[in-house]
Amino acid sequence: MTAHDVEPGKVHPGKPVTVDRYTVGARINHWITAASLILLALSGLALFHPSLFFLSGLFGGGQFTRFIHPWIGIVLFFSFFGLFIRFWKANLWKREDGTWLARIRDVLANHEENVPEVGKYNAGQKFVFWAMSVLIVILISSGLVIWDQYFSAYTTVGQQRVALLIHAIAAVAIIGVWIIHAYSALWVRGTIPAMIRGSVTGGWAWRHHRKWLRELVTKPGGRSGSKPAE
Amino acid sequence: MFPPIANPSVTDVTPRFSQKDLVRRSASTVPAPAERLTEVAKLIDVSKCIGCKACQTACIEWNDTHPEVGVNAGVYENPPDLTPDMFTLMRFSEWENPETNNLEWLIRKDGCMHCEDPGCLKACPAPGAIVQYSNGIVDFVHENCIGCGYCIKGCPFNIPRISRVDHTAYKCTLCSDRVAVGQGPACAKACPTQAIVFGTKEQMKQHAEGRITDLKSRGYANAGLYDPPGVGGTHVMYVLHHADQPELYSGLPKEPRISPLVEAWKGITKYAGLTVLGVAAGVGLLHHLVMGPNRVSDTDEENAERLVRSDRHDSA
Repeated sequence: MTAHDVEPGKVHPGKPVTVDRYTVGARINHWITAASLILLALSGLALFHPSLFFLSGLFGGGQFTRFIHPWIGIVLFFSFFGLFIRFWKANLWKREDGTWLARIRDVLANHEENVPEVGKYNAGQKFVFWAMSVLIVILISSGLVIWDQYFSAYTTVGQQRVALLIHAIAAVAIIGVWIIHAYSALWVRGTIPAMIRGSVTGGWAWRHHRKWLRELVTKPGGRSGSKPAE
Repeated sequence: MFPPIANPSVTDVTPRFSQKDLVRRSASTVPAPAERLTEVAKLIDVSKCIGCKACQTACIEWNDTHPEVGVNAGVYENPPDLTPDMFTLMRFSEWENPETNNLEWLIRKDGCMHCEDPGCLKACPAPGAIVQYSNGIVDFVHENCIGCGYCIKGCPFNIPRISRVDHTAYKCTLCSDRVAVGQGPACAKACPTQAIVFGTKEQMKQHAEGRITDLKSRGYANAGLYDPPGVGGTHVMYVLHHADQPELYSGLPKEPRISPLVEAWKGITKYAGLTVLGVAAGVGLLHHLVMGPNRVSDTDEENAERLVRSDRHDSA
Protein backbone atom coordinates (compact mmCIF):
# COMPACT_ATOMS: atom_id res chain seq x y z
CA MET A 1 0.00 0.00 0.00
CA THR A 2 1.46 3.34 -0.98
CA ALA A 3 1.08 6.38 1.15
CA HIS A 4 -1.62 7.70 -1.15
CA ASP A 5 -3.97 4.82 -0.60
CA VAL A 6 -4.38 4.74 3.12
CA GLU A 7 -8.10 4.92 2.61
CA PRO A 8 -9.40 1.99 0.57
CA GLY A 9 -10.12 3.20 -2.93
CA LYS A 10 -11.94 1.16 -5.50
CA VAL A 11 -12.51 2.07 -9.10
CA HIS A 12 -15.86 1.05 -10.53
CA PRO A 13 -15.86 1.00 -14.35
CA GLY A 14 -18.93 2.42 -16.03
CA LYS A 15 -20.28 5.60 -17.52
CA PRO A 16 -19.06 7.56 -15.71
CA VAL A 17 -16.40 5.69 -13.81
CA THR A 18 -16.87 6.07 -10.07
CA VAL A 19 -14.09 5.98 -7.52
CA ASP A 20 -14.52 5.28 -3.82
CA ARG A 21 -12.82 8.05 -1.87
CA TYR A 22 -14.04 7.87 1.75
CA THR A 23 -15.31 4.98 3.85
CA VAL A 24 -18.49 5.29 5.91
CA GLY A 25 -16.37 5.55 9.06
CA ALA A 26 -14.28 8.37 7.63
CA ARG A 27 -17.39 10.25 6.57
CA ILE A 28 -19.12 9.96 9.94
CA ASN A 29 -15.86 10.95 11.61
CA HIS A 30 -15.56 13.95 9.29
CA TRP A 31 -19.08 15.22 9.87
CA ILE A 32 -18.85 14.93 13.66
CA THR A 33 -15.68 17.01 13.43
CA ALA A 34 -17.34 19.46 11.04
CA ALA A 35 -20.40 19.93 13.24
CA SER A 36 -18.20 20.43 16.31
CA LEU A 37 -16.02 22.97 14.54
CA ILE A 38 -19.02 24.98 13.35
CA LEU A 39 -20.66 24.92 16.80
CA LEU A 40 -17.35 25.92 18.37
CA ALA A 41 -16.94 28.79 15.94
CA LEU A 42 -20.47 30.06 16.61
CA SER A 43 -20.24 29.79 20.40
CA GLY A 44 -16.67 31.08 20.42
CA LEU A 45 -17.47 34.09 18.25
CA ALA A 46 -20.33 34.90 20.62
CA LEU A 47 -17.77 35.33 23.39
CA PHE A 48 -15.19 36.97 21.14
CA HIS A 49 -16.90 40.10 19.91
CA PRO A 50 -19.81 41.93 21.59
CA SER A 51 -21.57 42.43 18.27
CA LEU A 52 -21.70 38.64 17.89
CA PHE A 53 -22.93 37.93 21.42
CA PHE A 54 -26.41 37.34 19.95
CA LEU A 55 -25.05 34.02 18.64
CA SER A 56 -25.19 32.78 22.25
CA GLY A 57 -28.97 32.71 21.72
CA LEU A 58 -28.43 29.66 19.47
CA PHE A 59 -27.14 27.81 22.50
CA GLY A 60 -29.78 28.92 24.95
CA GLY A 61 -28.08 32.01 26.35
CA GLY A 62 -24.70 33.12 27.63
CA GLN A 63 -24.46 30.78 30.59
CA PHE A 64 -25.12 27.70 28.47
CA THR A 65 -22.78 28.92 25.72
CA ARG A 66 -20.01 29.30 28.30
CA PHE A 67 -20.76 25.83 29.64
CA ILE A 68 -21.05 23.92 26.36
CA HIS A 69 -18.20 25.48 24.35
CA PRO A 70 -15.33 23.62 26.07
CA TRP A 71 -17.20 20.32 25.97
CA ILE A 72 -17.71 20.62 22.23
CA GLY A 73 -13.99 21.34 22.09
CA ILE A 74 -13.31 17.99 23.75
CA VAL A 75 -15.52 16.25 21.18
CA LEU A 76 -13.71 18.05 18.36
CA PHE A 77 -10.31 17.12 19.71
CA PHE A 78 -11.03 13.40 19.85
CA SER A 79 -13.01 13.41 16.63
CA PHE A 80 -10.23 15.21 14.78
CA PHE A 81 -7.73 12.82 16.31
CA GLY A 82 -9.62 10.06 14.49
CA LEU A 83 -9.31 11.96 11.22
CA PHE A 84 -5.65 12.55 11.87
CA ILE A 85 -4.99 8.84 12.30
CA ARG A 86 -6.89 8.15 9.08
CA PHE A 87 -5.37 10.82 6.88
CA TRP A 88 -1.92 11.81 8.12
CA LYS A 89 0.00 9.46 5.81
CA ALA A 90 -1.79 10.69 2.72
CA ASN A 91 -0.96 14.24 3.76
CA LEU A 92 2.80 13.82 3.96
CA TRP A 93 4.58 16.38 1.78
CA LYS A 94 5.65 15.16 -1.67
CA ARG A 95 7.98 16.63 -4.26
CA GLU A 96 5.12 17.57 -6.62
CA ASP A 97 3.44 19.56 -3.84
CA GLY A 98 6.07 22.29 -4.02
CA THR A 99 5.52 22.69 -7.76
CA TRP A 100 1.76 22.63 -7.27
CA LEU A 101 2.02 25.36 -4.65
CA ALA A 102 4.34 27.45 -6.83
CA ARG A 103 1.69 27.33 -9.55
CA ILE A 104 -1.23 28.08 -7.23
CA ARG A 105 -2.23 30.94 -9.56
CA ASP A 106 -2.95 28.44 -12.32
CA VAL A 107 -5.05 26.39 -9.92
CA LEU A 108 -7.07 29.42 -8.86
CA ALA A 109 -7.48 30.48 -12.50
CA ASN A 110 -9.06 27.10 -13.34
CA HIS A 111 -5.96 26.02 -15.29
CA GLU A 112 -5.28 22.82 -13.43
CA GLU A 113 -3.77 21.32 -16.60
CA ASN A 114 -0.62 23.38 -15.89
CA VAL A 115 0.09 21.82 -12.50
CA PRO A 116 1.66 18.44 -11.78
CA GLU A 117 -0.48 15.37 -11.23
CA VAL A 118 -1.12 14.92 -7.52
CA GLY A 119 -2.02 12.01 -5.26
CA LYS A 120 -5.03 11.74 -2.99
CA TYR A 121 -4.45 15.27 -1.68
CA ASN A 122 -2.98 18.37 -3.26
CA ALA A 123 -0.77 20.87 -1.46
CA GLY A 124 -3.73 23.07 -0.60
CA GLN A 125 -5.55 20.20 1.07
CA LYS A 126 -2.37 19.22 2.89
CA PHE A 127 -2.00 22.78 4.14
CA VAL A 128 -5.56 22.67 5.49
CA PHE A 129 -4.90 19.30 7.13
CA TRP A 130 -1.71 20.34 8.90
CA ALA A 131 -2.98 23.79 9.81
CA MET A 132 -6.07 22.23 11.39
CA SER A 133 -3.91 19.69 13.24
CA VAL A 134 -1.56 22.29 14.69
CA LEU A 135 -4.30 24.80 15.50
CA ILE A 136 -6.48 22.21 17.23
CA VAL A 137 -3.60 21.25 19.51
CA ILE A 138 -3.01 24.94 20.29
CA LEU A 139 -6.72 25.54 20.86
CA ILE A 140 -7.28 22.57 23.15
CA SER A 141 -4.23 23.32 25.28
CA SER A 142 -4.94 27.04 25.61
CA GLY A 143 -8.63 26.25 26.02
CA LEU A 144 -8.04 24.01 29.00
CA VAL A 145 -6.07 26.79 30.69
CA ILE A 146 -9.02 29.19 30.39
CA TRP A 147 -11.69 26.60 31.25
CA ASP A 148 -12.43 28.44 34.45
CA GLN A 149 -14.87 25.97 35.93
CA TYR A 150 -12.44 23.07 36.21
CA PHE A 151 -8.93 24.27 35.56
CA SER A 152 -8.65 27.82 36.90
CA ALA A 153 -6.86 26.60 40.03
CA TYR A 154 -3.95 25.06 38.13
CA THR A 155 -2.58 28.17 36.45
CA THR A 156 -1.88 31.77 37.37
CA VAL A 157 -3.98 34.62 36.08
CA GLY A 158 -0.93 35.77 34.10
CA GLN A 159 -0.74 32.42 32.31
CA GLN A 160 -4.48 32.53 31.69
CA ARG A 161 -4.15 35.93 30.00
CA VAL A 162 -1.52 34.52 27.62
CA ALA A 163 -3.78 31.52 26.93
CA LEU A 164 -6.75 33.80 26.20
CA LEU A 165 -4.81 35.77 23.61
CA ILE A 166 -3.37 32.62 22.00
CA HIS A 167 -6.81 31.00 22.00
CA ALA A 168 -8.39 34.01 20.30
CA ILE A 169 -5.69 34.29 17.62
CA ALA A 170 -5.66 30.53 16.95
CA ALA A 171 -9.46 30.56 16.74
CA VAL A 172 -9.41 33.32 14.14
CA ALA A 173 -6.77 31.35 12.21
CA ILE A 174 -8.73 28.10 12.30
CA ILE A 175 -11.93 29.79 11.15
CA GLY A 176 -9.85 31.26 8.30
CA VAL A 177 -8.56 27.77 7.42
CA TRP A 178 -12.12 26.50 7.60
CA ILE A 179 -13.23 29.18 5.13
CA ILE A 180 -10.49 27.99 2.72
CA HIS A 181 -11.58 24.36 3.26
CA ALA A 182 -15.30 24.95 2.83
CA TYR A 183 -14.88 27.31 -0.12
CA SER A 184 -12.56 24.92 -1.96
CA ALA A 185 -15.03 22.09 -1.51
CA LEU A 186 -17.82 24.25 -2.92
CA TRP A 187 -15.77 25.70 -5.74
CA VAL A 188 -14.35 22.39 -6.97
CA ARG A 189 -17.63 20.78 -8.03
CA GLY A 190 -18.00 17.10 -7.31
CA THR A 191 -15.99 17.30 -4.09
CA ILE A 192 -18.82 17.40 -1.56
CA PRO A 193 -20.32 14.07 -2.78
CA ALA A 194 -16.99 12.49 -1.84
CA MET A 195 -17.71 13.29 1.79
CA ILE A 196 -21.45 12.55 1.58
CA ARG A 197 -21.80 9.44 -0.60
CA GLY A 198 -18.14 8.51 -0.32
CA SER A 199 -17.35 8.44 -4.04
CA VAL A 200 -16.30 10.73 -6.85
CA THR A 201 -16.55 10.35 -10.60
CA GLY A 202 -13.58 9.12 -12.58
CA GLY A 203 -13.47 12.48 -14.30
CA TRP A 204 -13.13 14.27 -10.99
CA ALA A 205 -10.27 12.00 -9.96
CA TRP A 206 -8.64 12.41 -13.39
CA ARG A 207 -8.94 16.20 -13.25
CA HIS A 208 -7.84 16.83 -9.68
CA HIS A 209 -5.98 13.75 -8.38
CA ARG A 210 -4.70 11.95 -11.44
CA LYS A 211 -1.74 10.34 -9.70
CA TRP A 212 -4.12 8.88 -7.13
CA LEU A 213 -6.42 7.55 -9.86
CA ARG A 214 -3.52 5.98 -11.74
CA GLU A 215 -2.31 4.26 -8.57
CA LEU A 216 -5.78 2.93 -7.83
CA VAL A 217 -6.20 1.60 -11.34
CA THR A 218 -2.86 -0.18 -11.46
CA LYS A 219 -3.11 -1.47 -7.89
CA PRO A 220 -4.03 -5.16 -7.70
CA GLY A 221 -7.62 -5.38 -6.51
CA GLY A 222 -8.00 -1.65 -7.03
CA ARG A 223 -10.73 -2.20 -9.56
CA SER A 224 -13.99 -3.90 -8.95
CA GLY A 225 -15.77 -5.99 -11.56
CA SER A 226 -12.55 -7.06 -13.26
CA LYS A 227 -13.80 -10.54 -13.91
CA PRO A 228 -12.45 -11.80 -17.25
CA ALA A 229 -15.94 -12.74 -18.43
CA GLU A 230 -17.16 -9.18 -18.28
CA MET B 1 -11.39 63.21 62.59
CA PHE B 2 -13.64 62.60 59.64
CA PRO B 3 -17.32 63.03 60.49
CA PRO B 4 -18.87 59.58 60.79
CA ILE B 5 -21.62 58.54 58.41
CA ALA B 6 -25.00 59.50 59.83
CA ASN B 7 -27.50 56.81 60.66
CA PRO B 8 -30.12 56.31 57.95
CA SER B 9 -33.40 58.11 58.15
CA VAL B 10 -36.49 56.01 58.69
CA THR B 11 -38.40 57.58 55.82
CA ASP B 12 -38.24 56.21 52.31
CA VAL B 13 -35.46 57.61 50.19
CA THR B 14 -35.51 57.60 46.39
CA PRO B 15 -32.35 55.94 45.04
CA ARG B 16 -29.88 58.60 43.95
CA PHE B 17 -28.61 56.71 40.93
CA SER B 18 -29.86 54.15 38.49
CA GLN B 19 -29.45 52.83 34.94
CA LYS B 20 -29.54 56.37 33.57
CA ASP B 21 -26.27 57.12 35.37
CA LEU B 22 -24.24 54.43 33.62
CA VAL B 23 -21.02 55.62 31.99
CA ARG B 24 -19.83 52.17 30.95
CA ARG B 25 -21.62 48.90 30.25
CA SER B 26 -19.71 45.74 29.37
CA ALA B 27 -19.82 44.52 25.74
CA SER B 28 -22.22 47.32 24.82
CA THR B 29 -22.44 51.07 24.67
CA VAL B 30 -24.53 53.44 26.74
CA PRO B 31 -25.54 57.00 25.93
CA ALA B 32 -23.58 59.51 28.01
CA PRO B 33 -25.59 60.40 31.11
CA ALA B 34 -27.29 63.79 31.07
CA GLU B 35 -25.48 64.83 34.22
CA ARG B 36 -22.61 63.24 36.03
CA LEU B 37 -22.87 62.34 39.67
CA THR B 38 -20.19 63.50 42.06
CA GLU B 39 -17.44 60.90 42.18
CA VAL B 40 -17.33 58.96 45.40
CA ALA B 41 -14.45 57.12 47.02
CA LYS B 42 -13.59 54.96 49.96
CA LEU B 43 -10.37 55.80 51.72
CA ILE B 44 -8.58 53.08 53.67
CA ASP B 45 -5.95 54.39 56.01
CA VAL B 46 -3.82 51.34 56.69
CA SER B 47 -1.94 53.17 59.43
CA LYS B 48 -5.12 53.32 61.48
CA CYS B 49 -6.21 49.75 60.86
CA ILE B 50 -6.09 47.46 63.87
CA GLY B 51 -6.94 44.29 61.92
CA CYS B 52 -10.16 43.60 63.82
CA LYS B 53 -12.02 42.37 60.73
CA ALA B 54 -15.17 44.27 61.67
CA CYS B 55 -15.27 45.36 58.03
CA GLN B 56 -15.30 41.74 56.87
CA THR B 57 -18.09 40.93 59.26
CA ALA B 58 -20.12 43.97 58.25
CA CYS B 59 -19.59 43.04 54.59
CA ILE B 60 -20.85 39.50 55.15
CA GLU B 61 -23.80 40.82 57.10
CA TRP B 62 -24.89 43.53 54.67
CA ASN B 63 -24.40 41.42 51.54
CA ASP B 64 -25.96 38.41 53.25
CA THR B 65 -23.22 36.06 52.08
CA HIS B 66 -22.54 32.85 53.90
CA PRO B 67 -18.84 32.06 53.80
CA GLU B 68 -17.98 28.51 54.68
CA VAL B 69 -16.65 28.02 58.20
CA GLY B 70 -12.93 27.65 57.54
CA VAL B 71 -10.00 26.01 59.23
CA ASN B 72 -7.01 27.60 60.91
CA ALA B 73 -4.33 27.66 58.24
CA GLY B 74 -1.80 29.18 60.60
CA VAL B 75 -2.15 32.71 59.25
CA TYR B 76 -4.18 35.72 60.29
CA GLU B 77 -6.10 35.86 57.03
CA ASN B 78 -9.48 34.29 57.41
CA PRO B 79 -10.58 33.02 54.94
CA PRO B 80 -7.15 32.61 53.32
CA ASP B 81 -8.25 34.41 50.16
CA LEU B 82 -11.16 36.37 48.70
CA THR B 83 -14.04 34.09 47.79
CA PRO B 84 -17.40 34.53 46.04
CA ASP B 85 -18.80 34.94 49.58
CA MET B 86 -16.05 37.15 50.96
CA PHE B 87 -15.78 40.42 49.05
CA THR B 88 -13.20 41.98 51.34
CA LEU B 89 -10.29 40.50 53.23
CA MET B 90 -7.78 41.78 55.74
CA ARG B 91 -4.34 40.80 54.54
CA PHE B 92 -1.53 40.79 57.07
CA SER B 93 2.17 41.04 56.41
CA GLU B 94 5.08 41.32 58.77
CA TRP B 95 7.93 43.45 57.56
CA GLU B 96 11.22 44.30 59.16
CA ASN B 97 11.98 47.90 58.30
CA PRO B 98 15.71 47.92 57.45
CA GLU B 99 16.00 51.60 58.38
CA THR B 100 14.58 51.35 61.87
CA ASN B 101 14.99 47.63 62.57
CA ASN B 102 11.38 47.73 63.66
CA LEU B 103 9.01 44.90 62.91
CA GLU B 104 6.03 46.47 61.20
CA TRP B 105 2.68 44.77 60.97
CA LEU B 106 1.17 45.95 57.73
CA ILE B 107 -2.52 45.22 57.42
CA ARG B 108 -4.41 45.95 54.26
CA LYS B 109 -8.09 45.58 53.59
CA ASP B 110 -8.16 43.95 50.16
CA GLY B 111 -11.11 44.16 47.79
CA CYS B 112 -12.32 45.79 44.61
CA MET B 113 -10.59 49.12 43.92
CA HIS B 114 -13.38 50.42 41.66
CA CYS B 115 -10.95 51.53 38.95
CA GLU B 116 -11.84 54.51 36.80
CA ASP B 117 -10.67 52.33 33.86
CA PRO B 118 -11.98 48.90 34.92
CA GLY B 119 -10.15 45.92 33.40
CA CYS B 120 -12.94 43.54 34.40
CA LEU B 121 -15.48 45.54 32.42
CA LYS B 122 -13.19 45.72 29.38
CA ALA B 123 -12.67 41.96 29.38
CA CYS B 124 -16.33 41.05 29.96
CA PRO B 125 -18.05 39.49 26.90
CA ALA B 126 -21.60 39.61 28.29
CA PRO B 127 -23.56 42.79 27.57
CA GLY B 128 -24.43 44.58 30.78
CA ALA B 129 -22.87 42.09 33.18
CA ILE B 130 -20.47 44.76 34.45
CA VAL B 131 -21.47 48.41 34.70
CA GLN B 132 -19.87 51.61 35.89
CA TYR B 133 -21.89 54.49 37.28
CA SER B 134 -20.88 58.10 36.83
CA ASN B 135 -20.05 58.25 40.54
CA GLY B 136 -17.28 55.72 39.85
CA ILE B 137 -18.82 52.57 41.31
CA VAL B 138 -18.13 49.42 39.25
CA ASP B 139 -20.86 46.86 39.78
CA PHE B 140 -21.58 43.32 38.62
CA VAL B 141 -25.11 42.60 37.35
CA HIS B 142 -25.60 38.94 38.08
CA GLU B 143 -28.52 38.21 35.78
CA ASN B 144 -26.31 39.17 32.82
CA CYS B 145 -23.19 37.35 33.98
CA ILE B 146 -22.31 34.16 32.11
CA GLY B 147 -19.59 32.96 34.49
CA CYS B 148 -16.72 32.84 31.98
CA GLY B 149 -14.14 34.34 34.33
CA TYR B 150 -12.81 36.87 31.82
CA CYS B 151 -13.20 39.60 34.48
CA ILE B 152 -10.60 37.79 36.58
CA LYS B 153 -8.13 38.02 33.69
CA GLY B 154 -9.00 41.65 33.11
CA CYS B 155 -8.57 42.73 36.74
CA PRO B 156 -5.14 44.17 37.63
CA PHE B 157 -5.81 43.48 41.33
CA ASN B 158 -7.03 39.84 41.16
CA ILE B 159 -10.36 40.55 42.83
CA PRO B 160 -13.39 38.89 41.15
CA ARG B 161 -14.28 35.32 42.12
CA ILE B 162 -16.66 32.97 40.32
CA SER B 163 -19.26 31.25 42.46
CA ARG B 164 -19.36 27.48 42.00
CA VAL B 165 -23.01 27.64 43.06
CA ASP B 166 -24.62 30.03 40.59
CA HIS B 167 -21.65 30.38 38.17
CA THR B 168 -21.53 34.16 38.27
CA ALA B 169 -18.78 36.53 39.38
CA TYR B 170 -18.76 38.31 42.73
CA LYS B 171 -16.83 41.20 44.21
CA CYS B 172 -17.26 44.29 46.40
CA THR B 173 -20.07 46.51 45.14
CA LEU B 174 -18.88 49.51 47.19
CA CYS B 175 -22.32 48.91 48.72
CA SER B 176 -23.90 50.56 45.70
CA ASP B 177 -27.30 49.84 47.22
CA ARG B 178 -26.38 51.73 50.38
CA VAL B 179 -24.66 54.57 48.55
CA ALA B 180 -27.78 54.94 46.38
CA VAL B 181 -29.76 55.98 49.44
CA GLY B 182 -27.12 58.26 50.89
CA GLN B 183 -25.39 55.74 53.12
CA GLY B 184 -21.75 54.74 53.15
CA PRO B 185 -20.42 51.23 52.63
CA ALA B 186 -21.06 48.72 55.42
CA CYS B 187 -17.34 48.28 56.07
CA ALA B 188 -16.83 52.01 56.59
CA LYS B 189 -19.84 52.12 58.89
CA ALA B 190 -18.43 49.28 61.00
CA CYS B 191 -14.79 50.39 61.22
CA PRO B 192 -14.08 51.25 64.87
CA THR B 193 -11.00 53.38 64.20
CA GLN B 194 -12.19 55.20 61.09
CA ALA B 195 -9.45 53.58 59.12
CA ILE B 196 -12.16 53.28 56.45
CA VAL B 197 -13.96 56.46 55.53
CA PHE B 198 -16.28 57.25 52.66
CA GLY B 199 -17.25 60.44 50.84
CA THR B 200 -16.70 62.24 47.59
CA LYS B 201 -13.39 61.55 45.90
CA GLU B 202 -12.31 65.15 46.49
CA GLN B 203 -13.16 64.97 50.20
CA MET B 204 -11.24 61.73 50.48
CA LYS B 205 -8.16 63.19 48.82
CA GLN B 206 -8.25 66.15 51.18
CA HIS B 207 -8.72 63.91 54.19
CA ALA B 208 -5.84 61.75 52.99
CA GLU B 209 -3.58 64.78 52.77
CA GLY B 210 -4.14 65.52 56.44
CA ARG B 211 -3.39 61.91 57.30
CA ILE B 212 -0.24 61.90 55.18
CA THR B 213 1.03 65.11 56.83
CA ASP B 214 0.42 63.50 60.20
CA LEU B 215 2.26 60.31 59.21
CA LYS B 216 5.20 62.29 57.82
CA SER B 217 5.45 64.19 61.10
CA ARG B 218 5.71 60.81 62.83
CA GLY B 219 8.72 59.77 60.77
CA TYR B 220 7.03 58.04 57.81
CA ALA B 221 8.76 60.14 55.18
CA ASN B 222 7.33 58.09 52.32
CA ALA B 223 3.73 58.20 53.47
CA GLY B 224 1.37 58.84 50.59
CA LEU B 225 -1.89 58.22 48.82
CA TYR B 226 -2.44 55.15 46.63
CA ASP B 227 -4.63 56.28 43.74
CA PRO B 228 -2.85 54.57 40.84
CA PRO B 229 -2.97 56.56 37.59
CA GLY B 230 -2.35 53.42 35.48
CA VAL B 231 -6.02 52.52 35.88
CA GLY B 232 -7.20 56.12 35.74
CA GLY B 233 -7.27 56.38 39.52
CA THR B 234 -9.44 54.30 41.80
CA HIS B 235 -12.55 54.84 43.85
CA VAL B 236 -11.04 52.91 46.71
CA MET B 237 -7.81 54.54 47.81
CA TYR B 238 -5.25 53.73 50.46
CA VAL B 239 -3.17 55.89 52.73
CA LEU B 240 0.09 53.95 53.04
CA HIS B 241 2.98 54.67 55.40
CA HIS B 242 5.30 53.28 52.72
CA ALA B 243 3.63 54.57 49.58
CA ASP B 244 6.93 54.11 47.72
CA GLN B 245 6.70 50.35 48.28
CA PRO B 246 3.05 49.32 47.98
CA GLU B 247 4.18 45.70 47.36
CA LEU B 248 4.94 45.47 51.08
CA TYR B 249 1.22 45.42 51.72
CA SER B 250 0.57 41.81 50.67
CA GLY B 251 1.53 42.48 47.07
CA LEU B 252 -0.42 45.64 46.31
CA PRO B 253 0.78 46.34 42.74
CA LYS B 254 3.07 49.33 42.38
CA GLU B 255 1.93 50.41 38.95
CA PRO B 256 -1.29 48.54 38.22
CA ARG B 257 -2.66 48.70 34.70
CA ILE B 258 -4.81 46.53 32.51
CA SER B 259 -2.47 43.82 31.18
CA PRO B 260 -1.21 44.57 27.65
CA LEU B 261 -2.25 40.99 26.81
CA VAL B 262 -5.84 41.80 27.73
CA GLU B 263 -5.64 45.09 25.82
CA ALA B 264 -4.33 43.25 22.75
CA TRP B 265 -7.00 40.57 23.04
CA LYS B 266 -9.87 43.00 23.48
CA GLY B 267 -8.42 45.55 21.06
CA ILE B 268 -6.48 44.71 17.92
CA THR B 269 -7.25 40.96 17.96
CA LYS B 270 -10.99 41.54 18.14
CA TYR B 271 -11.12 43.97 15.24
CA ALA B 272 -8.32 42.51 13.09
CA GLY B 273 -9.69 39.01 13.64
CA LEU B 274 -13.15 39.77 12.34
CA THR B 275 -11.68 41.81 9.48
CA VAL B 276 -9.44 38.91 8.40
CA LEU B 277 -12.39 36.50 8.44
CA GLY B 278 -14.62 38.94 6.57
CA VAL B 279 -11.95 39.49 3.93
CA ALA B 280 -11.37 35.72 3.56
CA ALA B 281 -15.07 35.10 3.00
CA GLY B 282 -15.24 38.07 0.62
CA VAL B 283 -12.26 36.88 -1.42
CA GLY B 284 -13.90 33.46 -1.74
CA LEU B 285 -17.14 34.98 -2.96
CA LEU B 286 -15.33 37.25 -5.40
CA HIS B 287 -13.23 34.38 -6.73
CA HIS B 288 -16.34 32.38 -7.39
CA LEU B 289 -18.04 35.28 -9.14
CA VAL B 290 -15.04 35.96 -11.36
CA MET B 291 -13.73 32.45 -12.02
CA GLY B 292 -16.87 30.41 -11.72
CA PRO B 293 -16.99 26.85 -10.50
CA ASN B 294 -14.28 24.34 -11.27
CA ARG B 295 -16.29 21.69 -13.09
CA VAL B 296 -15.28 18.26 -14.34
CA SER B 297 -15.52 18.23 -18.15
CA ASP B 298 -16.78 15.42 -20.35
CA THR B 299 -13.22 15.02 -21.60
CA ASP B 300 -12.10 14.33 -18.04
CA GLU B 301 -14.71 11.61 -17.69
CA GLU B 302 -13.72 10.09 -21.04
CA ASN B 303 -10.05 10.17 -20.09
CA ALA B 304 -10.86 8.37 -16.85
CA GLU B 305 -12.90 5.75 -18.70
CA ARG B 306 -10.08 5.24 -21.18
CA LEU B 307 -7.56 4.90 -18.35
CA VAL B 308 -9.65 2.30 -16.57
CA ARG B 309 -10.33 0.40 -19.80
CA SER B 310 -6.73 0.40 -21.02
CA ASP B 311 -5.52 -0.87 -17.70
CA ARG B 312 -8.06 -3.67 -17.78
CA HIS B 313 -6.77 -4.74 -21.22
CA ASP B 314 -3.18 -4.58 -20.04
CA SER B 315 -3.80 -6.76 -17.04
CA ALA B 316 -6.20 -9.17 -18.77
